[in-house]
Parts: sequence; C-alpha cells; structure tokens
Amino acid sequence: MTRIVLDDPLMLDGNAVAGELQEMMGIDVTTFLARCAHCGNRGELGSLRAWTHGPGVVLRCIVCSEVVIRWVRRPDGARLDLRGAAFLQPG
Amino acid sequence: MVEPLRWQIGTVTAIRPQTDRVASFTLSLPDWRPHRAGQHYDVRLTAPDGYQVQRSYSIASEPDRTGEVELGIERIADGEVSPYFHDVLVEGDRVELRGPIGGYFVWEPGMGGGPLLLVGGGSGVVPLMAMLRTRRAAADHKPAALLYSSRQIEDVIYREELEELASQPGAPTIVHTLTRQQPAGWSGFARRIDEPMLASVLGHLGGTAAGSSAYVCGPTLLVENAAAVLTNLGLPPAQVRTERFGPTT
Repeated sequence: MTRIVLDDPLMLDGNAVAGELQEMMGIDVTTFLARCAHCGNRGELGSLRAWTHGPGVVLRCIVCSEVVIRWVRRPDGARLDLRGAAFLQPG
Repeated sequence: MVEPLRWQIGTVTAIRPQTDRVASFTLSLPDWRPHRAGQHYDVRLTAPDGYQVQRSYSIASEPDRTGEVELGIERIADGEVSPYFHDVLVEGDRVELRGPIGGYFVWEPGMGGGPLLLVGGGSGVVPLMAMLRTRRAAADHKPAALLYSSRQIEDVIYREELEELASQPGAPTIVHTLTRQQPAGWSGFARRIDEPMLASVLGHLGGTAAGSSAYVCGPTLLVENAAAVLTNLGLPPAQVRTERFGPTT
C-alpha cells in the first residue's frame, strides 16, 4: 500500500479533536482502532488526518484519504456520520 | 463509571515568559485530574455577546503536580485565544477549560521497549517537554533523544531546563537545529529537519529503528516531513505518533 502525503498546512490529527469526540461519545476514543470502509486500513482514531476549519469536522484515512468520520454541530445537537468506518474497536 | 469531561474554571497562578512569543501559564484547577504526558486541555473564551472560541493547548507539566497544570502557549499574532492569554490575562484571572484530553499522543514510563525519539518544531516542544519531565520524575533511563527545530537560539523554549536535563544521569540526548540564524561559533545543525539529521539522532540512540518509538509535534508540514522520513528509516508507522499544530506562524 502506498502511503500518501497530504500536503495541506491546515491538516491536523484526530487527536486534535479529542475533546469534541469525547463530548459526543462520553469517553476518549482516540485510541480506538478504526477500519477504513474504503481501503481497509486500520489505525487509531487519533492518527486520522483531521480538517477542522470548515463548518464541520472531517477525519480522513491516512492511506487512501477517503472520509472515515465526519460530524457537524447544529443547534439541536451534533450529527455524527460514521459510514466511512467499517468498524471501531476499543483500544 | 467514566466521569464526563466537564468545563471548569481555572485560576492563573503564574505566567512565565519562555521566549518573545511563548509563555508558560500555570493554572490551579478545582476539579484537577492527573494527566499523561502528551495530553492537552481545551480552553474556551466567551465574549459578552455569547460568541465562543475554543483552542487546544498542550500540557508541559509532569503529571504529579497535584491541583495545577502548566500549559505552554505561543502567541499567534492573528489568533483569537493566544493574544488574550499573552496580552490580557494576569495572575489571579480565571479561565474556562476542560481536560486532560486525548489518549493517542501519550507517552508514559515503560511504554515501548526500545529507544524514545522526540521530534519537535517551535512550540511543538511543549508536550515533548512534559514527556521529558515525566521521564526524569520516573528516573526512566532508557535511551531517549529530543531533536528540536527552532528558527534561532532566542526562540528555543525551555532552553535552560533542557541544558540542565542534558547534564543529569540517564540524560536524554538533546539536539538542536537552528534553521534561520545561528549564533557565532554554532557547531550544531543549521537546516530544516531532514533524513540525514534524523538518521544521525537515531544512531545516537542505538537500538534498531524498528524497535524505536517516535513522537513528532509541531507545524503540520514539519511533522508531515519528519514522520515520512522516520517511516523511510524503518520505524513502523504505528510507532510514529504525530501531533500537528497547523500552519507555521
């Protein structure tokens, strides 16, 4: 598998949004393994590439760069989209 | 029962300038919880009209300073939160924060069998300092090195403490690179972090690259480059943990 280099200075790590994730999930999930539904790569959630400057947060796979997890905040609560994760495994 | 992460009001008890742009802020916390080296706190400011802005700041202190936490904060000129810390806050002021947060970018004594390599750029050294302070407090003498990139010597955060650390038994190897300007007689590295530099520091550490663990923290492009080089040098990707701070300031 080729490890792509994403050349974007705004890119952060999943760890950077650990607080927001913990707020939604109730526990720290950054050490959970996430399996990418697109390419099958498994990695800790904290290691995913994070984009946090838009209206929502997007976490992308470090191998294929497809979206694994994303969420938006709305006045009536967050909407968390996990379709890009085949599974999450507590670490 | 896991305790939820709650916002609390901390009180600033000390502000210590480290460089022109970076200061250590010590806050006492009513609901203090022990942290692990590498973790951060979220800080939230609320304007009178209700507008809120939130940032994450790394913990610099070792975990056994009960009741308080030291955050290392760089002043970002067009930032929304850090200028408030640097220009407005004084000792005794109160700040809303929550933490400690994040189990991914964490080092604890006994983790990983092999050498420990810390790579930092600019204020990315803050969580790595927490790791070095924790290592010293635990008298962990396994081989460790810090490769620390700064623009010039005046920008080196924790300079005296790093010198002191390097002179103690079981000391970590501390290697500076100064990318923009070097003092007269400087014999150290004077360029951006690259493969020969990382290979040289790994060489100091002994052991095998495959058995080493690395923590890389700083501006996104520095981290991206260093992490890719470490993988090329034989560190398994899962043993290269990264914390990207975003664009260079």
